[in-house]
Amino acid sequence: METKLLTEFYHLDEFRFLDGYKKNGGYVNLEKALKMQPQAIIDEVKASGLRGRGGAGFSTGMKWSFLPKNNEPRYLVCNADEGEPGTFKDRLMMERAPHQLIEGMIMSAFAVGSKKSYIYVRGEYYYPVEVLEQAVQEAYKAGYLGKNILGSGFDHDMDVYRGAGAYICGEETGLISSLEGQKGQPKLKPPFPAVKGYLQKPTIVNNVETLAAVKYIIRDGAAAYKKFGTEKSPGTKLFSLSGNVRKPGNYEVNLGYSLNDLINNEGGGMKPGRKLKAVIPGGSSAPVLTAEEASRATMDYECLAQMGTMLGSGAVIVIDDSQCMVDMLGVLMHFYHHESCGQCTPCREGTGWLNKITHSILEGKGRLQDIDLLVKVADNMKGRTICALSDAAALPVLSFVTKFRDEFEFYVREGRSKVRGSFYAQMHH
Amino acid sequence: MLETAKSTFQLSAEGLAEVKKELARYEIKDSAIIPALYVAQKENKGFITTAVIHHLGQVMDIPVSKINEVFKFYTMFNQVPVGKHHVQVCTNISCALEGGRELTNHICHELGVKLGEVTADGRFSVSRVECLGSCGTAPMMQVNTKYYESLTPESAMNILRGMK
Repeated sequence: METKLLTEFYHLDEFRFLDGYKKNGGYVNLEKALKMQPQAIIDEVKASGLRGRGGAGFSTGMKWSFLPKNNEPRYLVCNADEGEPGTFKDRLMMERAPHQLIEGMIMSAFAVGSKKSYIYVRGEYYYPVEVLEQAVQEAYKAGYLGKNILGSGFDHDMDVYRGAGAYICGEETGLISSLEGQKGQPKLKPPFPAVKGYLQKPTIVNNVETLAAVKYIIRDGAAAYKKFGTEKSPGTKLFSLSGNVRKPGNYEVNLGYSLNDLINNEGGGMKPGRKLKAVIPGGSSAPVLTAEEASRATMDYECLAQMGTMLGSGAVIVIDDSQCMVDMLGVLMHFYHHESCGQCTPCREGTGWLNKITHSILEGKGRLQDIDLLVKVADNMKGRTICALSDAAALPVLSFVTKFRDEFEFYVREGRSKVRGSFYAQMHH
Repeated sequence: MLETAKSTFQLSAEGLAEVKKELARYEIKDSAIIPALYVAQKENKGFITTAVIHHLGQVMDIPVSKINEVFKFYTMFNQVPVGKHHVQVCTNISCALEGGRELTNHICHELGVKLGEVTADGRFSVSRVECLGSCGTAPMMQVNTKYYESLTPESAMNILRGMK
């Protein structure tokens, strides 16, 4: 069953606009937040156990605590560069509830003492940008942004920035580079953005869903928020369900929800005559689960980590038995090769080799030793680069090859896919 | 395609005003490069040339090499001419699972072009793109700024045929 905390009013068209948002409880809690001590908000967010909803799952309150305790100007940046394949929840949140994000951002900015924030949205999201820009204007007119917000003495300016098509800008330091008008290449950490970020100033980068959730932690308190989800993974989460299911879509459920239920109840189950083969549970960078593993998984940070994969962005990609796993790995490797920023050799060269080797197998030119070569290349890419893209490319390879090795061996031996009717099988006949 | 000593480009008065506004909008001038490239691309029939880069360098007072580097990094800035309707079909995993690649092939076949080409009448160009965040409504295509979702090969062609 869905638990609609953040998405309670998403079915109302009016929720997109200031009046409709206010009619449904909007900006009431901003007044409450502005009367609190900033440190009390940080403490509340820390106590709520909220973890970053963009992919890394790092404690939000902890991230905020890394800011230097001085009067240095600091920035808040909302990461709306949603690009992890399979993920489309931030788009929904911006389209349906821009003020929810803005309110959460003002509260967060007040907590961390930031007078300026940016919402960095991926360039292809023309419509969400339009909705957000309108909402920011509305918020300025109503006095929720600008000077002396609601008479609190707190000033805050907010602006929307459009990216221009680069997956790597979803990585927080890549995003900062892009916002600074550079190529979106990640920077070495430390220093972490909280210490030296945008323009070398302390900067907090949080995902859309994370910042929106702050509003509910302020409204209900950390204790109430912790009643959702599990002890170690509190709260609700929006899962983007896609692939071979009957009812793909965004579903908000408690963390700890059964993956099986998500696919079969919310997702309406598999298509007629089809069986589940595999699930990628947290966006394309998360290692794949077999159907058997998926049947035991719960959607929380701990369970998925224990199974050797991750919750990531919450993008659940369902793969049925009509699909060829070699083919799907080829799709992913093309993507990572295309998106590697080229800065670090293991990633730039490694993603190229992984793409070439996978496609050589798909073209029927594979050798048996190529399967182990994929594993070797992937192993050499892990933990050796500035950012996580290299690992994100390597992990799917290791899981696909280990868990579906028979499909790779069949493809090499026979020069064709084991799965009849799959994309490459059709191309070759 | 980046050549042509002969080619020239100049922003319109409105375009120039927009670029100046972006230059004043952010903490540093460099942050206006991406917005300025968008403005210029729109005024140059959807793609960027050396002449465009040089003109922007001049009006923004930013080194040409700097603008060129940013231009080359981001996929939404086109390095070659595109059609009046630039059709971008997603072939990443969620779309691939639901027929995004078959859709791409069908569109190319029906329009008589290969990926990256422009139709003879200049109306359409087709390219394949990575995930656009439309995974729950796969397969999908983006035509210029607009998303078209939950497509079939037939519905996609009906939409494209309806474009002037």
